[in-house]
Amino acid sequence: MTKFFATTALVTVLSLPVYAAQPAEGEKLAEDQSLSFWILDAIKTLDPQLTESRTDSDMIRQLFEGLMTQDDTGAMVPGMAESHDISDDKLTYTFHLRDAKWSNGDPVTAGDFVYAWRRAADPETASEYAWFVELMNLENATAVVKGEASPEELGVTAIDDKTLEVKLSKPTPYFLKTLDHATTYPVPQKVIEEHGQQWTQPGNLVGNGAYVLKSHDLGVKATAVKNDQYYDAENTIIDEVNFITVNDQNIALTRYQAGEIDWFNLIPAGQYPKLKEEFPDEAISVPWACSYGYVFNLSEKGPEALKDLRVRQALSYAIDRDIIVDKVLQGGQKPAYYWTHWAMEGFEEPEIEMANWTQPERMEKARELLTEAGYGPDNPLKLKLMYNTSEDHKKIAIAVQQFWKAIGVELTLENYEWKVFVDKGNNQDFEVQRYAWCADYNEASTFLDWFRTDGDNNGMWSNEEYDQLLADAATEENPAENYKKMEQLLIGDMALAPVYHYAQPNMIKPDLRGVPLDNVMGDWYAKELYRVAE
Amino acid sequence: MLAYVLRRLAVAIPTLLLLIVISYILMHFAPGGPFSKDREVPAAVLANLNAKYGLDDPLWKQIWDYLYGIVVHFDFGPSFVYPDLTVNQLIAKGFPVTLTYGILSFLLAVLVGVILGVTAAIWHNSWLDYLAVGISIGAQVLPNFVMAPILLLIFTLWYRLLPGGGWSFSDPTFWIMPVIALATSYMASITRITRSSMLEVLGSNHIRTARAKGMPERRVILRHALKPAMLPVISYLGPVFVSMITGSVVIDMFFSTGGIGKSFVDSALNRDYAVMMGVTILLGTLTILFNLLVDILYVWIDPKIRY
Repeated sequence: MTKFFATTALVTVLSLPVYAAQPAEGEKLAEDQSLSFWILDAIKTLDPQLTESRTDSDMIRQLFEGLMTQDDTGAMVPGMAESHDISDDKLTYTFHLRDAKWSNGDPVTAGDFVYAWRRAADPETASEYAWFVELMNLENATAVVKGEASPEELGVTAIDDKTLEVKLSKPTPYFLKTLDHATTYPVPQKVIEEHGQQWTQPGNLVGNGAYVLKSHDLGVKATAVKNDQYYDAENTIIDEVNFITVNDQNIALTRYQAGEIDWFNLIPAGQYPKLKEEFPDEAISVPWACSYGYVFNLSEKGPEALKDLRVRQALSYAIDRDIIVDKVLQGGQKPAYYWTHWAMEGFEEPEIEMANWTQPERMEKARELLTEAGYGPDNPLKLKLMYNTSEDHKKIAIAVQQFWKAIGVELTLENYEWKVFVDKGNNQDFEVQRYAWCADYNEASTFLDWFRTDGDNNGMWSNEEYDQLLADAATEENPAENYKKMEQLLIGDMALAPVYHYAQPNMIKPDLRGVPLDNVMGDWYAKELYRVAE
Repeated sequence: MLAYVLRRLAVAIPTLLLLIVISYILMHFAPGGPFSKDREVPAAVLANLNAKYGLDDPLWKQIWDYLYGIVVHFDFGPSFVYPDLTVNQLIAKGFPVTLTYGILSFLLAVLVGVILGVTAAIWHNSWLDYLAVGISIGAQVLPNFVMAPILLLIFTLWYRLLPGGGWSFSDPTFWIMPVIALATSYMASITRITRSSMLEVLGSNHIRTARAKGMPERRVILRHALKPAMLPVISYLGPVFVSMITGSVVIDMFFSTGGIGKSFVDSALNRDYAVMMGVTILLGTLTILFNLLVDILYVWIDPKIRY
């Protein structure tokens, strides 16, 4: 295998046709091809390099296009780059750009990418997602982000208008998967320099995506219309995309039912089964790449009790994940016995002992372990669980309080608003904390990176072997084995108690087709959707 | 009178300054900051962010720069959380919406409330009285967060008469539900206050005298009873008006109006210092101004009050 790769240096990896909306035979298109998509919060920014929110990204993805995009299963397909070559040492990527235009008619050049990537890393921009450039392992990324090297030293160069060369600091198996993240989208230098911070206003904003911004009424509605300059405009069917802000999920559901919203992708906990029964064709739950768990504080500031593996195991075993998933959430979520979301591309399910036990078996083990660790009716284990304000987190925490009570743990629930919660978490000022992570790209390392010794890792868990496996995964042909072992280490040492893997319970109007339900990232492109006549 | 107004305005300025300084300090001591994230922002980026927004300066300098920006340039700075917008833009977008539905709700609440209250008092203990009191109690137990979903259910889902949310200055159908939802409970309070105050006035000596000298009942009520009966209503309306035009987070949330109420609450939760300060100053100024206005109205209505 190695030999084969060595002899085929500079393989052109991808050169596939453009992915576009394809109505099936016999489907008649509807007259009205507008789409109204629900968003929970106002759009914070439409600047690709400044955004850090999933809501913003859903809109930005319609207005801009990266080197790669995704098909309806989430697999990477050519976007602005028609094809690319990878060097032997996997450190140099050369992208060949297609003929594409900005919405003002200017050509999209390799220089636009260079400008955008430097902009993301440049301390002057002060992007909260500057770390993404580091995650991509672009050469000198860390030094540039820290301000120790000039942005010009970042490993991205325009060989000519149509050729972009990227140099990485180390082989990065997931590199191509990062290329559809907003941070990596090209931006028009001329427009930004002309309008400054106001460049994202309707009328000013120039993009290279399938749609162009028409209006943006903060917290009310943002509308994008078809971009005639887009290279695949002739195959784009939806001609208007509206992002409608409704801050209350139940109200959003009412407005969906009244026909004002066509796609609502977060049915409130507990309501999915009823809706599925009432609207079987509209209520659709699909896996979504986020995981939820309880992190134990193993730092010096954490409680002594949690430093005992038996205690952590007991706490994890005692959580009846089936009840949380089937009785509390009820939206198609899955019980989690490991951290990485089960549906991540290339991820192989690790063998985890407790996953195969029944809940009574787990409870018995939990009680035994807790007694062994010296806790019992005379000396009950007292803990505090911290979560941030949300009805769902509260419901789950109350359930866990009951599960843990059954093994003799006295759990106090502490509810904080988000900013306080985050601050306490980052400063190890907690005992057990609720935690969830959503994938930045479709690969297991996006989940596992958190527990790296110098990763974000609020619980301060640390394991040398784990760190090594993660580092090695970068150069592995097939890193799945590493990820499997890492999960076993993580759960073997119970750095956290995983609780559930997310699902996205949608309500989708039956005439709306092409929704990428198989894309576990939940990313979508309006250009691939269409509406059929009923 | 003029001297009084000037004196009050002169006090208003230090009051506002104090409000700004105290708010700024309190805000600063709230745990977490605009850039605390669950995935920690790298130290270098955080340093850049702090430098960009001047958060690395000593507190006194931050406050000074902030005040200087407002007084000299009327510039409330950039939003920390909505980088595409300045605070001036945010307020310019949200406040007219809030002002529109706030004023309309206020007019509706006062008009209906006063009519119901006066009717109930005049025909005291009649079926009209019971009806008015019934409506008022009904409205009182329907706070806006209950009213909003009910209205949506009826007018948007069942009858499809009104849009379920959003805002347009050119299309009044967007205004109807927010205005009704915001007005109801205030209307109920106004009805009750008007009714009891009117009853009290109608039982007083000068009304008995007016009736004794043969003045027509209509004139007794309009000329002699209504004006004094309005005093307690007006003292209630001053703060109500301010709270109505400064927005309601519930209305903004349920009807996606884009009003300032939601921005204010969000800015506190997001630690968006600049927006929080901007809106605080706006609300503070309005509160001070309208309290003054109410005091002036008093003099006009009640000749016994003098300054």
